[in-house]
Amino acid sequence: MSFVPGQPLTAVVQRIQIQKLRQGENLILGFSIGGGIDQDPGQNPFSDDKTDKGIYVTRITPGGPANAAGLRMGDKLMQVNGWDMTMVTHDQARKRLTKKNEDVVRLLVTRKSLEEAVKQSMGCFPRQ
Amino acid sequence: MDTESTYSGYSYYSGRSRGSHRHGERSRDRHKTRSKDSRSEKSVTINTPPAEPLLGDSAVRGEQVQDDNWGETTTAVTGTSEHSLSQEDIVRITKDLEDSVGLDCRRYFTLALAVILGLLVFLTPLAFLVLPHLLWPEKLQSCGTACEGLFISVAFKLLILLLAVWALFFRPRRAGLPRVFVFRALLAVLVLLFVVSYWLFYGVRILDSQDENYQGIVQYAVSLVDALLFIHYLAIVLLELRQLQPCFSVCVTRSTDGEIRHYNLGQLSIQRAALAILEHYYCDFPVSNPALLSASKSRAAKHLAGLKVYNVDDAFRAKLKAYLLDSPGNNAAAGLVHSQSRAMIAAAARRRDTSHNELYYEEAEHERRVRKRKARLVVAVEEAFTHIKRMQEEEQKKAPGDVMDPREAAQAIFPSMARALQKYLRTTKQQHCHSMESIQQHLAFCITNNMTPKAFLESYLTPGPTLQYSRDHWRARQWTLISEASVTSGLKDGSVFLLRCVDFSLVVTTKKIPYIQMSEEYIDPKSHKFVLRLQSETSV
Repeated sequence: MSFVPGQPLTAVVQRIQIQKLRQGENLILGFSIGGGIDQDPGQNPFSDDKTDKGIYVTRITPGGPANAAGLRMGDKLMQVNGWDMTMVTHDQARKRLTKKNEDVVRLLVTRKSLEEAVKQSMGCFPRQ
Repeated sequence: MDTESTYSGYSYYSGRSRGSHRHGERSRDRHKTRSKDSRSEKSVTINTPPAEPLLGDSAVRGEQVQDDNWGETTTAVTGTSEHSLSQEDIVRITKDLEDSVGLDCRRYFTLALAVILGLLVFLTPLAFLVLPHLLWPEKLQSCGTACEGLFISVAFKLLILLLAVWALFFRPRRAGLPRVFVFRALLAVLVLLFVVSYWLFYGVRILDSQDENYQGIVQYAVSLVDALLFIHYLAIVLLELRQLQPCFSVCVTRSTDGEIRHYNLGQLSIQRAALAILEHYYCDFPVSNPALLSASKSRAAKHLAGLKVYNVDDAFRAKLKAYLLDSPGNNAAAGLVHSQSRAMIAAAARRRDTSHNELYYEEAEHERRVRKRKARLVVAVEEAFTHIKRMQEEEQKKAPGDVMDPREAAQAIFPSMARALQKYLRTTKQQHCHSMESIQQHLAFCITNNMTPKAFLESYLTPGPTLQYSRDHWRARQWTLISEASVTSGLKDGSVFLLRCVDFSLVVTTKKIPYIQMSEEYIDPKSHKFVLRLQSETSV
């Protein structure tokens, strides 16, 4: 998941759709995010590249909608409902996720195990 | 306060012993003198008699009576007659006779009343103590130890009262104000009532009944002196302390050239505030120079010359209206008359378009000329100063050659810089403020005190405060206070008054210092805690 500035980024992503849960007057997704272009990337425990300023999932509330949809801790959010998440500030990311008029968020997330799974599957069937 | 006028008798003694004539009595006079000459140290003060307010408010404004040294003469007249005028007094009086208009009987009257009240007040305790011994000595109980101790107490308290009154009231008179000083009048009335009531009590209960208890009488006298000391304390608070706390900010503007200064004053009456402002004026405001205003006056004259002023009197206007009313439209007539004046002003305004240009170039040229002259002057003065050298002690003994004292040295080097200095003063229009004599004196002074040429020049480069110049150049000697509110009323927010002298006037406006509401907030020193901003985590 390392990126070279100025070059297009390729990653293996998983599409996850989370239905927001209504709690009182709030719509919650059930996870916490960290990171952003205005934050300190060196403190991120989940990233490989310590200069990566992307948005990462830092905590999942067990039994919440995110957990049920398949989001895992350490995932990097690439897109939220079509909006890019690789070059946003922390607050912008929060806003994109917590829009009150949206019931559903469709995320594109990436994680290291995905890459390895793809490599493994390609390695198993080298000539396909 | 009038207790001190008693001490006028004693002050004359002390005045004689010290040979100084500075002790007079402070005046709370109702005189209209606004002369600044009365502020010389030769002025003497008097007390207004307490009877004055009872006589009614007949203070007259606007009279320009001024009398500098009536004090000197009255000390001779009303003081105990052993004293005669010294030679100094006579010389001083004749020197200031040109300023003094004449001795005013009212001042004699107020001084006499003040002296009487003072004597009454000072002698009362002594009378209380002495009268029983004179009137019924055989019936009187002998004075025991405690009673004699009270004698010492009376003596020292009277001495302290004397010194305190001397310190507070025996100061040179600063000014003549138009109206009576209200607080002093009230204090005099209070003292008089107080002493009269004590005498009444004494007369009825002690003299009539011929009380034998001498210790009681002595204690009565001691209580009188104590109360007098407290009244003196009240006098200090009312006359001196009350106006120390700043309450108002006054803005003083000079009408001719717009010099503005701001001062902080306490709670004062308008006339005392005016006095304080004038004293500041002499120290702070640069000397008024009418030559600097001639440029703007000539411009104004040129504007007026450009205007053609039609004499639109009623007859003309009526004729115009009648003429125009013949034509259709009545409102056209009035409109035409107005538009005619508008047309006049418009025509003049178009002419005025070029005068700002002239002003700009003229000012730039003047600036350049001044700087050039200043450069020449600085060089000339520096060169002149190099011609003389201070002789050291040893050299003085050795070489008695061409040795000069400061005045001669100044006269020797003055000619080399005289021309440059004169040209500079002419360019900056200051030539009337400095005479050759004063310049040479100043030069001698600078040489004596080892000043550099720059230090010598500073007093000519910028106009200094009015006090620094000789009296003839002040152009501000007699002042008139013009105010819509009564001058003995206190300063208020927004009060405006004028101080006018012959050439210009000072416009004074007042603003109140606002009431400040302050609240407190306590911060525990242990509450200053910080965390590093690592990665903020937001839950969604």
